[in-house]
Formats: sequence, structure tokens, C-alpha cells
Amino acid sequence: MANSAANGAGNGKAPSYNGSAYPITDHTFDVVIVGAGGAGLRATVGCSQAGLRTACISKVFPTRSHTVAAQGGIAASLGNMSPDDWRWHMYDTVKGSDWLGDQDSIEYLVRNAPAAVYELEHWGVPFSRTEDGKIYQRPFGGMTTEFGKGTAQRTCAAADRTGHAMLHTLYGQALRNNTEFFIEYFAIDLIMDQDGRCRGVVCIKMDDGTIHRFRSNLTILATGGYGRAYFSATSAHTCTGDGNAMALRAGLALEDMEFVQFHPTGIYGSGCLITEGARGEGGYVTNSEGERFMERYAPSAKDLASRDVVSRAMTIEIREGRGVGSKKDHIFLHLEHLDPKVLHERLPGISESARIFAGVDVNKEPIPILPTVHYNMGGIPTNYHGEVVTKKNGDPDAIIPGLMALGEAACVSVHGANRLGSNSLVDLVVFGRAAGLRAAELIKPGEKQADLPKDSADLALSRLDRFRWAKGGTPTAELRARMQGTMQSNCAVFRTGEVLEEGSKLIHDVWGGVQDIAITDRSLIWNSDLIETLEFDNLIIQAVVTMDSAVQRKESRGAHAREDFPNRDDKEWMKHTLAWADDENRKVTIDSRPVHTYTMTNEISYIEPKARVY
Amino acid sequence: MVEFALPKNSRPTAGKMWPKPAGAKNVREFRIYRWNPDDGQNPRIDTYFVNMDDCGPMVLDAILWIKNKVDPTLTFRRSCREGICGSCAMNIDGANTLACTKDMGTIKGTVSIYPLPHMPVVKDLVPDLTRFYAQHASIEPWLKTVTPQPEKEWRQSHEDRLKLDGLYECILCACCSTSCPSYWWNGDRYLGPAVLLQAYRWLIDSRDEATGERLDNLEDPFRLYRCHTIMNCAKTCPKGLNPAKAIAEIKNMMVARQS
Repeated sequence: MANSAANGAGNGKAPSYNGSAYPITDHTFDVVIVGAGGAGLRATVGCSQAGLRTACISKVFPTRSHTVAAQGGIAASLGNMSPDDWRWHMYDTVKGSDWLGDQDSIEYLVRNAPAAVYELEHWGVPFSRTEDGKIYQRPFGGMTTEFGKGTAQRTCAAADRTGHAMLHTLYGQALRNNTEFFIEYFAIDLIMDQDGRCRGVVCIKMDDGTIHRFRSNLTILATGGYGRAYFSATSAHTCTGDGNAMALRAGLALEDMEFVQFHPTGIYGSGCLITEGARGEGGYVTNSEGERFMERYAPSAKDLASRDVVSRAMTIEIREGRGVGSKKDHIFLHLEHLDPKVLHERLPGISESARIFAGVDVNKEPIPILPTVHYNMGGIPTNYHGEVVTKKNGDPDAIIPGLMALGEAACVSVHGANRLGSNSLVDLVVFGRAAGLRAAELIKPGEKQADLPKDSADLALSRLDRFRWAKGGTPTAELRARMQGTMQSNCAVFRTGEVLEEGSKLIHDVWGGVQDIAITDRSLIWNSDLIETLEFDNLIIQAVVTMDSAVQRKESRGAHAREDFPNRDDKEWMKHTLAWADDENRKVTIDSRPVHTYTMTNEISYIEPKARVY
Repeated sequence: MVEFALPKNSRPTAGKMWPKPAGAKNVREFRIYRWNPDDGQNPRIDTYFVNMDDCGPMVLDAILWIKNKVDPTLTFRRSCREGICGSCAMNIDGANTLACTKDMGTIKGTVSIYPLPHMPVVKDLVPDLTRFYAQHASIEPWLKTVTPQPEKEWRQSHEDRLKLDGLYECILCACCSTSCPSYWWNGDRYLGPAVLLQAYRWLIDSRDEATGERLDNLEDPFRLYRCHTIMNCAKTCPKGLNPAKAIAEIKNMMVARQS
């Protein structure tokens, strides 16, 4: 094949490093955690405390992980502002998920949320405080009391820098527990053995290009979401879902990938996030007529309706000609009526962002905003212990031994078809903690590990080598731009069969284009051209399964809004999508597994589906 | 004899002049420090031209534009692009700042970009921050308590919480430390402004019960007292924090506990 010749090893032979085989440094740990965001660090701390020899691998220094950018807060029914109950939090989360969330997992999440927040506080998170010195909690979208009757103040906040405060605190705890960090190591691929067990991961150390093979009894993927598959996202440049892609290449399925959350308030132009907490503190959105249009779409919750609802409303307003600005292509978020003291004390970060990225003084003018890709509800399917599951031999909950997934990389599924704001930070720490507890049950410190399969590094090294010498005709940046443009236009807030079918064809074309990729930097020291190419290769495979998952789901649920199928169809579609991707033959396979229609305990019964009105 | 010039192999040479974007009307010149450890050459200053009509307003937008459209080998760290992760700290137009929040409109003429000063360079604009991180770890940046933990949260008055404002927001970008002449000369023994700001963040936290131990750890002619109130730190901090003030407060605490 002409293409593979163009992209093969420099000498046309096996992967090589200056003419000889890539030297490999071997490591053995009880647990290897890939990712040092909120979930990865919480799991790292838990595994370390359990006496397990734990490595934490990250492509960026831990405090640069994207958890740092979370703003509004972390949901837990502490009841510091007014009475609250985990059952109300559960109801809201189930309704927010549009009944696609697994209710056993949701029960686990909300019941463990308060303890997880107190733990963070004990570790030093500088939460904002109430007058009596308790953790301050603010209202957030979709969070109610009495099963939808009132507005809850459930979201614990450290001003509007909650993620930053949490991540730095968790990093401190990891230091306190003497975690072995491998920083600026990029994970290339998982090591799977013949029995389908995960045995570790192969990485490249970015500052010298050496290959490191980690053997472990348990590998935990906490690699975050893949927002950068889109042109405009609140996500960091590093949000490339590397763990999801590694799982796909290991032959595992990803779940519910069609559910991509658009955050209503990304800054117009730059896409930088303005927290939902801005509306929690009293902000509201208007159209070109100055109308508070959310009153029409969500008469009861108004601006604090669920994110998917607000994003759709904004999109409709713009589409019907009521957008603001010279092109009538965005919406205003008003904060200027708020007390300057509130802005200064509770929303200082977004006041700064609005000034820097929109040139706006929030005390005087509204912020121009637009729905912007923000969060992936889909990911690697797991149970509520964090263990990766798949559908195998008719068992929809078959566990993949040796592998866990957490945080945005995982699909537990607690967020179902739409995540509620401030439920992600709590997801990170509750399931990060759960993974540590489960790891302590599953493995003994220092337990002997079998030798790795002979070909354990082959998948990773052949990929690395192929891209390192890639001499095709299309630079990575060009292919990436095509992918991002396609996802942005063909897999957006509203979808139709026709647009998705076209999107599927276009995105498969880009996938095929990987054959013709070109990179320029051939060095091995901090080769960001190579790393960006590996990241692009990770993104495109997720983009393809996202599009193809969206094509096949013929209903509207949560963040997946089909104009040709405007209603939720519980009879046909109350099920999780599973998607596999064959990277070599560029083929996607779709199947499904049932939603768990039962709770974890008898202390709450299954919440029956009903119409989702805010 | 004291040698004030850079060592011979560190002196930047004139670099490559990259082509101007064809047909662009609004072009801006960038002069960027390049160094590749693989090629055995001295560092060089490459000149690039960016089509400003096709580029966002921030310096990061421009260097991404260069990387995507002109020279994929240009190497730098970046992540959040909104001033919260601290990855893209570099020396721009003579001052340390974050490329992602540095508006090019505030720079006159050619934009010059160097790595953070006085740090070992890994490649191009990527400095080695290993020692900086180790110093941060050395102040034990976590809450220390001896009182049995309450079932719920530690109470902290609104007033006490306000004392953490201006401290906890640090993003560890290292702009301040690498702008400090004292840190340049004694970076191996002086902790530097960023790390001392963090030290004070834990000292002043009303929940923390290890003040004495923390102060003991800082009581040293180098770790703390190499701050000579030059104030470059406060001037350069891209988050508007004032490490020099935090350092002065630590010195005050040292004095107070002796009296």
C-alpha cells in the first residue's frame, strides 16, 4: 500500500530508535493511575492510603489538569443554607439525566457526596463561608428541593474557582501521601493480555523521548473528556480523551457517546467558560428584544433550568432572528444588576475572564455568550466501583479485570443524557474514592504479577513510530481543523438524520485521512508535534463513534436533540448505546445495554420516568 | 574574573526568517527564542509573520497560529487558554506572563518571546520546572491539624476566610519566581515568591494548626530571607497577586513569635 509506505517506519522495518529497537524502561506497581485531575488524584490518594504501591502518570503537571478550570462548585446535600436531602439530589440527577442515568450509581453518588465534600474541607479546600462559618452553597441549574418543588442551594463553592481550589488541595494530599508521580509522561496504549485482562500501560516520557512500560495489577483511566473534538469548546487544549481512545483500541466499547453537553454560557468568540453559578447568583439571559426568554421555555426554573434546556432555548432564539450583536448570532448574560460586592466576592474569576476575553465590565454591561461544548456524558462504561464493564456473551455488566475508569472519561452512568452543573466535581471525588476502596478489596500490596505478554509494547510502539515518521500530505493541524469543523456543524445542539448522515460520511473521511498525515518534528525531546498527532488520532476515533452513536439514536433525550424525532421514546430507546471502533479497518459497531432501572438500596425506590419539564 | 556574558553555547544566534503569509494585509512580526537539544546548535531567534486577520487577540493565539500554519516544530506548553492552569508562562515583550491572557494589542511593534528567564531550557519555550515544584512540595502544602476532625466541616468565619483571598488563587505558573533577581542568583536555596506565597496561604489559614512547625521550616537565611523586596513578583503576576506582601507577612510572623 502506497499510504502505509509513506507512513511506515523510517527504514520501512520495525519500530526503531536511531536504527535500533526503542529502549524500554520497565516499572511494576500495584496500581497505575493515568491522569492527575480530580478523579485521578483522589484515586491516587485512596490507593496510596490503602498501602498499595501507586503510580500516577500525567501528560501535564497535576495542577494544570482541566479540573482546575471548574468554577461554580460541587453538589452535595449538606443543607447549610436550607433543609436538603440526598433523595432530592437523587431525583434532580435522575431527571437531569432524562432517565438515562443508572439509578444504583446515582444513589451511590448522592449519598456519598456530603462525606466527600467534608473530606475535601478537612484537607484544606478554601470554601467560601456562610455567616456562621459553614461551607457556602449556591443555587445551580436543575437542583431543587422536595422533588422539583423549590430551588435548592446545594452547590458548595470556593468563590468561582472551586475546581482550582480542589485540584490544588488534592495535589497537596497526594504529596502528603508520597505519591510517585510520572509527570509529562504521555500514555500511548494499554497492555491487554489474551484473557482480556488489562496489565498496564505504555508511555513516552516527553522530556527525553524514552519509552516506559508500566506493569500493574490495576490500571485506572482518569483521562477526562474529549471536548477538543469540536471547534469551540470550554475544554482545554489537552482535553483529548486519551483514555477513551486507548479503551477503543483495546477493543472495548464506549457508552452513550452521542451525549455531548453544550454549556449555555461560553464567552462568544473565545469559548471560555462563564460559570452557571453566575445565574445561580441571580444572573439571567436576554435576546435582542431585551426579553428574559427563559421564562417562556422553563416557566418554573427559568434561567436555572438544566443546561441542555437553556442551550436549546438560546439556539432557537438566535435561529428565529432574536440573537444579539451585529450578526445577531449570540445572547447576552446580565450580571450588572447584581451587588458589586457579590460579584467581587463570589464571581471574581468570571469577572476577570469577561474583562480579558470579552472586554466587558460585568458591573456595567452584559457578557456576550453562546452555547459551547463543555462536557462528555459518554465514556468508558463502568459500575459504581469504577470497574470497567462491557457487554460480553449476553452479560451487559461483564467486568474487564484489571481496568477502571473515572471522572469524565467514565460513563458510570450518573449523568445519563445530560449532566447537572456541579455534579461533575462530586463525581470525581466520590468515584475516585470508590476506586481506592475497591482497589483495596481486589488486590494485595506487592502481590506478584505474571510476566507481560511478549508483544505488550507492540501496539503502542508501532503507533508511535508510524506517526513519528509520518510523511503524508496533510499536516495534523489541517486534519484536526476538518474534524473540529465537522463536529461543530454536524453534531451540534440540534440534530437531524440528514445532517448526521452527512456528518458521519465527512468524519469517516477525516478518519481515513489519518493514513496521509504528516508531521514535521522528528526529534524525541518534547516533540509536541508528535504528541499533538497522537492526541488527534485519539480525538478522531472518538469523534467518529460520537457521530455514529448520534446517527443511530432516533429519539430526543437530554443533550441529544433530534428534530426529526423530537420526543423521548422510552419504549425503544431507554438503553445505553455501546460503540466499538476498529481502528485498522475504520469501522464502527453499535450495540446497546440496558439502563439499570433499580436503585442501590431499599431506602429509595426507582424513580419512574415522566415528562421532563422545568 | 567575573563573567557577565552568557556562556558561549547559550548565546542566541540570528535564526531563520520564516516567509510572510501570502496575501495577508495585516501582518505582525514575532521574534521567538528557539533551542533544540538534538541539533547541537546554539539557541537562535527565529522571525515569524502572523496574519492578524486570521488570528485571535492573545499571544497564545499567535503562537498556535504559527505552530498550526507555519512551523509545527515550535514548542511550548499550553492547556486551558483562559489563565487558570498556568502552563503557558513565558517571557513576552520583556515581562513574564501567560501567553493566553496577554493581549497583543498591549504590545508595541514586534512581539518578542523567550522562555521564563534563568531556568534550564528543555526545548524552545519549555523550561524545566522540576526544582520549582520540589520547592513547592517542601513547604508541605496541605492542611495540618491535631484537633480531632469534626463530623462536618471545620468552622471558619467569613472574616478568616477572607484572609485567604489573594493567596489561594496562585496557579503555580512560576512567572513571579523567575522574575526575581534574588531567585536568579540563589534559586537553589531561596524558595522564591511563588512558593513563599503558598507557604503563607497555609500559615494564615485559621484551620491550620502547624504554624510553629511551618515557621521553623522557613527560618533560614536563604529559604525566606533572600527576599529583598525588589517587587518584580507583584509587578509581573498575571493573576494580580502580591507575593512580596505575603513574604513580608511571614517575616512579621517570625518577629512576632520572638517577642
